[in-house]
Amino acid sequence: MIHAYQVVVAAPYVAALVLLAIPGYRIGAIANVAASGVTFAAGLWLVFGERSVGDYAIVDEFNIVFITINTLVGFTTALFSASYIGHEIETGRLTPASLRFYHAMFQAMMGSMNLALVANNIGLMWVGLELATLITVVMVGLYRTPQAIEAAWKYFILASVGISLAFFGTILIYLAGQPTLGEGVPAMTWSLLQAAAARMDPAILDLAFIFLLIGYGTKVGLAPLHAWLPDAHAEGPTPISAVLSGLLLNVALYALLRFKMIVAGQPAALDPGPIMIVMGLVSLIFAAFMLYQRRDIKRLFAYSSIEHMGLMVFAFGMGGPLANFAGLLHMAMHSLTKSGIFFGVGHIAQAKGSQRIADIKGLSVTHPRLAVAFALAVFAISGLPPFGVFTSEFLILTTTFAREPWLALLPAFGLLVGFGALLMRLQDTIFGEPVGPAHRVDASSVPMVLHLLLVLAAGIYLPPALVAWFRRAAELLG
Amino acid sequence: MNQVYDISHLLAGVMLVTSFALLYQQRIAAVLNAFAAQSITLALAVAWAAWSENRPDLFITALIAFSLKGVVIPVALHRTVARLGIHREVEKVVGVGAALMVGLALTALAQALVVKIAQGPASQAREELALALAIILMGFLMMIVRRNAVTQIVGFMSMENGLILAATGARGMPLVVEISVAFSVLIALFVFAVFVFRIRERFDTIDIEALDRMRGDRR
Repeated sequence: MIHAYQVVVAAPYVAALVLLAIPGYRIGAIANVAASGVTFAAGLWLVFGERSVGDYAIVDEFNIVFITINTLVGFTTALFSASYIGHEIETGRLTPASLRFYHAMFQAMMGSMNLALVANNIGLMWVGLELATLITVVMVGLYRTPQAIEAAWKYFILASVGISLAFFGTILIYLAGQPTLGEGVPAMTWSLLQAAAARMDPAILDLAFIFLLIGYGTKVGLAPLHAWLPDAHAEGPTPISAVLSGLLLNVALYALLRFKMIVAGQPAALDPGPIMIVMGLVSLIFAAFMLYQRRDIKRLFAYSSIEHMGLMVFAFGMGGPLANFAGLLHMAMHSLTKSGIFFGVGHIAQAKGSQRIADIKGLSVTHPRLAVAFALAVFAISGLPPFGVFTSEFLILTTTFAREPWLALLPAFGLLVGFGALLMRLQDTIFGEPVGPAHRVDASSVPMVLHLLLVLAAGIYLPPALVAWFRRAAELLG
Repeated sequence: MNQVYDISHLLAGVMLVTSFALLYQQRIAAVLNAFAAQSITLALAVAWAAWSENRPDLFITALIAFSLKGVVIPVALHRTVARLGIHREVEKVVGVGAALMVGLALTALAQALVVKIAQGPASQAREELALALAIILMGFLMMIVRRNAVTQIVGFMSMENGLILAATGARGMPLVVEISVAFSVLIALFVFAVFVFRIRERFDTIDIEALDRMRGDRR
């Protein structure tokens, strides 16, 4: 009997091997889409399938939310990539050989992320997340320009800091669980650890959580550990930027939340909430101000990702069913919107042959339809109604206001600052006299429009089934 | 039983000393030798744990540490460094004295953090954990104070030595073997990546054209 979660993990890895063997990049791109489609179908199957807890894999309401988004955005990104990446060969930025490598690595990365998401073993979770991270390091350096290599190197150095600290934290959690759960696999099994948390040594848990927070927090992009994030987004291929912002940051956040659930089970240990609230707020406000000085459009939205991850960490730090619900919803909305925006940025970069904001003027004159779609996407991410991001941000702020009125001012302030910056930059790109070249855009607009429609639909009407599902997931978070 | 701990602590202590050596060595060749010494000590420490705790799977980890990180990678790096003619390159980002002082402070910090774990079976692993954490932190320090791809990679690998030591110290931790294998493969990959992609940007003393020809540049 094959389980859906096995397909979700295994299909991308198998596809990666197959893609390595396919020489033609056009067939490779199609195979990439097909494999991502299979994974997405398995992800959907998981939603309607049964929940299970095994020695190595876990399927509960909480991780299904992440897996669904992961496989969905993986699929749409593969679609976008298939129509986009041919252009990179024409302009000579990539060779067919590096594109074959790119497709295989894309699948390997998806498989590793899914592995981290279904793992019930904290060691396995770490392995999945680290593999995904290291693959993205290679992908960021794919263009092999000095800037790309510089970005990949910086990413590698900071990611390795995260790798080591998170692993040390994982060892500490194992040591904490060992006296009650015994040596070996049980003391690394997340579900058993969570159940036994109340009997663990609080001193070790404290220490472990600090290491895990810094280690996985580096990957979430929390300030002041975010330095890799803008470079990695700006210099890598655009589909990878979409996956980085939309998915990898989420998976890191997911790992952090799993450990928060363990530590929260021991009342004598430190309360993860306040630390996460502070780190989230610092990231949110810092990133919002940084948005004003950006000259590169991908860097701009990379900082916007830091801002939104900060808001999510803040929401999960607040805790409680409502704030967790809002945080999960925001995670979903941000993933869809931000990857959609990066698809749009890919279109713009092809149209203008540049990703510098100064070179992208007058889009409304040269590419009116692209300009409208992009403007709507930026409206969505800056939290304007009727898009779903507005709903989730509104929920986060109102639940905070109900509990800690003064505290709600800080995220509200950060969001307003970020809003202003994004609209300013949007104005620069959409209006004004067109400068520079205006090429035809070959990339498909279907993925971007699809994401926008989903976010719009979620903003207008959230189906009760979806609300109930997210609510159950939020309850698991405690 | 005490002797078992004494020997494992001794080996972990020697690893920490090599970490200090990594910090103050000025020539790249000497850094590589210090790293090889550290990896071989790690192999001994892991082998000792495998023998004294009767965990034969750890012998694989020890073997990997010895062959790959004790011999193959240092030799490969030595050769590359010699071929590129950068073995005399002296880096002065932070003075040796300052770096050593920070290293001492980090070691003290590691002790202070881990000493809180007072009771239970974990307390046996405590000293080894403290030493391992010190090695990890010194690896970071090395990555920060060195501005050269080779020494940064060595800093990373030394950090990873500390991680494997910590994982070995945690009794009965599964996946140690798997993780060390995965890690070593990744390191080999990155060592490779450094020399294929990165070299041109970091070592501006090198004849760039020659390297371009070497990788069959496309433009």
